[in-house]
Amino acid sequence: MNQDIELKTPSKLEKILKLGHMAVTSECGPPRGSDADLIKKKAEIIKDYVDAINITDNQTSVTRLCSLASCIHLKLMGLEPILQMVVRDRNRIALQSDILGAASFDIHNILCLSGDHQSFGDNPTAQNVFDIDSMQLIQTVRHMRDEGKFLGGDNIIRPPKMFVGAAANPFADPFEIRARRLAKKVKAGAEFIQTQCIYNVPKFKEWMRQVRDMGVHEKVFILAGVTPLKSAGMAKYMKNKVPGMDVPDEIVKRISGVPKEKQAEEGIKICIETIQELKEVEGVRGFHIMAIEWEEKVPEIVKGAGLYPRPKV
Amino acid sequence: MIVASKKPIEEIIQSVQGSKRLLIVGCNECVTVCEAGGKKEVGILASALRMYFMNQGKEMTIDEVTLERQCDKEYLEEIKHMVPNYDTILSLACGVGVQFMAEMYKDKPVLPGVNTTFMGATLERGVWGERCAGCGQCILAKTAAVCPVARCAKRLFNGPCGGSTKGKCEINPNTDCAWQLIIDRLKALGRLDDYDELMPIKDWSKDRAGGPRIVVREDIRL
Amino acid sequence: MQYPPTIRIIRVPCTGKVDLLHILRCFEKGADGVYVVGCMEGDCRFKTGNLRAKKRVYQAKEILEKVGVGGDRVEMFNLSSGEGPKFAQIATEMTQRIKALGPNPIKGKLIKKAA
Repeated sequence: MNQDIELKTPSKLEKILKLGHMAVTSECGPPRGSDADLIKKKAEIIKDYVDAINITDNQTSVTRLCSLASCIHLKLMGLEPILQMVVRDRNRIALQSDILGAASFDIHNILCLSGDHQSFGDNPTAQNVFDIDSMQLIQTVRHMRDEGKFLGGDNIIRPPKMFVGAAANPFADPFEIRARRLAKKVKAGAEFIQTQCIYNVPKFKEWMRQVRDMGVHEKVFILAGVTPLKSAGMAKYMKNKVPGMDVPDEIVKRISGVPKEKQAEEGIKICIETIQELKEVEGVRGFHIMAIEWEEKVPEIVKGAGLYPRPKV
Repeated sequence: MIVASKKPIEEIIQSVQGSKRLLIVGCNECVTVCEAGGKKEVGILASALRMYFMNQGKEMTIDEVTLERQCDKEYLEEIKHMVPNYDTILSLACGVGVQFMAEMYKDKPVLPGVNTTFMGATLERGVWGERCAGCGQCILAKTAAVCPVARCAKRLFNGPCGGSTKGKCEINPNTDCAWQLIIDRLKALGRLDDYDELMPIKDWSKDRAGGPRIVVREDIRL
Repeated sequence: MQYPPTIRIIRVPCTGKVDLLHILRCFEKGADGVYVVGCMEGDCRFKTGNLRAKKRVYQAKEILEKVGVGGDRVEMFNLSSGEGPKFAQIATEMTQRIKALGPNPIKGKLIKKAA
């Protein structure tokens, strides 16, 4: 596939997607300390099975080694990081500054997020920022990249060249607005999307249908999110305790129906089957595998889903 | 109105410990409506404190008065003949009243008796909800009269976030998702297309972030 | 119908008329115990009067506990107007409870002050 493609950034992820391949990304959670080896080891496990690696940003508001530093470590290893940036903890000055920090290390991918509320984490008494929201952050990065200017209007010396992504949750309420919200993010400048993990495939397909009806699937690269279930306990927890998550009863039943020592294996099977089914959905341009604290399973999932080896670009 | 709630009595007892002649001053406006600092609450607090200190064997005079408002000097002046008889004033007004009282009676310690919390209204008897965050630049025309600054936990201008569940916020199943409310109202008004417009970045300099604020009307100043 | 002579009865058209302040002032002035007797829940002629009274009694309990007088000295009871024997029984029960708790701790201090 060597047609003329227009690349806006040196991002490997952008190139793979624009060349027409199914992209595969995954994520690593940084450690709760300053030992960089912990994140490097996780990246080592998955690096040959994915095109780019997300580093979460104080996920669930639990204080961790920052995404920016972790991305730098990965970049220095020769890998392709995706900087996740939440708007919960930083104002527009710090956000623009960190974007430049990432760009100074030639990190070329960013995922713009709102962030879980701080009441979920280890500092519920903290102030939150939300100076700009996730959509405005998307606009900001595009503005910095395409106009070469700060929000305040001044010129940027060596503007960031970042491929801009956002998250989408087809399973949050209200359902009727979710496809429209995706359209809004695309209007704001999002170039790729990673969705919340999918267990309810029919509902996801319905969301994709609405997305296609608006023509949005041709304006943005949608990577379908999947997370392998480790146990029936995890399935039930995610079903009942995690906001914005949809785990159908059939899935819970299926994994509960096998003996405990076989549940992890069943979870991987479900994950691979989900990917196979989603491959057929028009508009799905890749997969985002979220196996937090279970990174060692990513190779098996990628292989099992027929997505290995990854294209060399 | 300004909504406040009573400080725990243990906290008030601690703060008035050193006083021998205490004047408890209530306010007839907002704190009366939210049943935190009106004439009745002053009476209840005074009675409770008298019993406490009597029990401790302590000699203490505790008197009560309630003003129309504590945020207007004209009303604060009404007690100017009483104040010299006391060593401490405990004001059950909102934070504004407490400070105005202290600015008027400079040589008297003025203590707060309530925790001032937000601008809101009575939802039902005994329940008050936050509605306005005083951001200085009202955008209610764009959000069908539901405020995302005061009512969205993340102050999103282009919500809802991915945590909205069955019309409730991810932080609390009893908290309405502001963006669900906005979408419902836009729908009811036949204006759901407004949702597709991107809201611009907020100018927070008009909010508290810009520093303590003041409103000046040169056109009415003498 | 016999009930202890140490009870002083104050009649109100509905227990909803009893305010928290009235209850507290009784204790402030040295009463050893206060109890509120209202209609059966659901039978209040004014719909929620006895429910409001119950809430106020519980508020009083909390405050009296915190100021060292004791929350058990105040109580809410419900009965219907025809239940004479129950009225006497409540009076006896409350009197016994208060006797066991002893006099209002403030009373001693009030007397001292007057002396």
